[in-house]
Amino acid sequence: MLKVENLDVYYGNIHALHAVSFEVKEGEIVTLIGANGAGKTTTLHAISGLIPIAAGSVRFLDQDLTSLTPHKIVELGLTQVPEGRRIFANLTVKENLEMGAFTRKDRKGVNDDYERIFTRFPRLKERLKQVAGTLSGGEQQMLAIARTLMSRPKLVLMDEPSMGLAPLLVKEIFDIIKEINATGTTILLVEQNAQLALTIADRAYVLETGRVVLQGDAKELANSEEVRKAYLGG
Amino acid sequence: MDFLQQFCQQTLNGMSLGSIYALLALGYTMVYGIVQLINFAHGDILMVGAFVSYFVLSKWGITPVTLMLSFLPSMLFCLTLGVSMEKVCYKPLRNQPRINALITAIGVSFLLENGARVIPAIGPNPRVFPTLPVVNYAWLGVSISRVQLLIFMVAIVLMLLLNYIVNFTKIGKAMRAVSYDKGAAYLMGINVDRVISFTFALGSSLAAAAGILFASAYPQIEPYMGIMPGMKAFIAAVLGGIGSIPGAVLGGLILGVAETLTKGFLSSQLSDAIAFGLLILILVVKPSGLLGKPMGEKV
Repeated sequence: MLKVENLDVYYGNIHALHAVSFEVKEGEIVTLIGANGAGKTTTLHAISGLIPIAAGSVRFLDQDLTSLTPHKIVELGLTQVPEGRRIFANLTVKENLEMGAFTRKDRKGVNDDYERIFTRFPRLKERLKQVAGTLSGGEQQMLAIARTLMSRPKLVLMDEPSMGLAPLLVKEIFDIIKEINATGTTILLVEQNAQLALTIADRAYVLETGRVVLQGDAKELANSEEVRKAYLGG
Repeated sequence: MDFLQQFCQQTLNGMSLGSIYALLALGYTMVYGIVQLINFAHGDILMVGAFVSYFVLSKWGITPVTLMLSFLPSMLFCLTLGVSMEKVCYKPLRNQPRINALITAIGVSFLLENGARVIPAIGPNPRVFPTLPVVNYAWLGVSISRVQLLIFMVAIVLMLLLNYIVNFTKIGKAMRAVSYDKGAAYLMGINVDRVISFTFALGSSLAAAAGILFASAYPQIEPYMGIMPGMKAFIAAVLGGIGSIPGAVLGGLILGVAETLTKGFLSSQLSDAIAFGLLILILVVKPSGLLGKPMGEKV
């Protein structure tokens, strides 16, 4: 579904990604794990078209994404839940959801999706007219996910969904991610919380200073000596 | 009683001048909110707007109906001008340091002013903007002219329309989203380029309307006529809090009233000094403006 090959990205003079290659197949949950600064968010930004790609290719559903604008990429069905939620705090919850559906023109389908979102996130329904900045951290993360789902994505990129949330909420968010995946949406998950990410993922890639250093089945990686030492605290 | 009468009269005059500033300030503040650019060429759009209406009225003759109708071509022309200005001059600089676009804006401003001087149909000499016969309505010793009524009417209608667009339409909501977090807007699939164009279109057409109103109140038009109102509207936008739409309206009204009160009670030569003094004062006391949010630079 998504095929990234030999991706090179520069931030000014800094060579941020070195020939990064990986693949996400339809229906999977794939996770990119790695320490701070390994290039996880950079990879997602490059896929979404936010930063220019120096070399390599990104293909999604047999379409080359490298020269597309970010909104075209969303239109194709690849949407991101950005790091740190990045909800529009000055807009109401409803307006945030509308912005998620910006690329869509099928009003009927959009209205159906509101209903689906409200059954899955009843708390958002209660707060529909509230300004999003007044929501709690957990609610904001749910809104960020719900907003992304409004574009009816085929593949969702999730950037650190557990960031800054209490353990109980993290579990809730990860349950939601599993649920979204179960309804047929493919997921590429970026996480610093490697342990948790490996429990729900099918496959994983380990990034280190802009390179893929390990890859494989998520359960095998979780048990491998190397990964345990480096990322799972022994 | 005499003092009170004069005070009311000057306040009324100030509000009508301030409404023009407000219309112009809205363009500054919206563009700043979306692309963090002070579009210094914005005041010159007012001049272009006035001239388009001047040509239309010279052809059709001046009646209340033709005056109202002349808003349409003028606003459309300036809308196109504003959008092309952004596409040609500012868009290529969007990923460059902000100062580049700012200097470009000053360049565009000079281009419009001096370009207008060179065009034979406009030329460097002032022209008389066609006006309707003066009619005054008096109430309790305070008089309001027909032009002032027109200014209030047009300003209120346009502001209500703008309020509707920004708060209740999809593109208006997208404007607010982009101004809050452009990166997130990209990731949600919002067509940011279109939102930016739309913002320039809105601001420029409001400036065109302000131009016609300004020319109706001060019926002498020339290529440099946009500089002073442009400056004042910029001050108004900063005063109200740059990026804040209600702030622009409030700032415009305050500035207009402060100016006419100074003219009426102190000295007519001091009025510009008061306007710029207000700018300095607000920058010292509350740099984010009356209704602006404190600005921490976003990372």
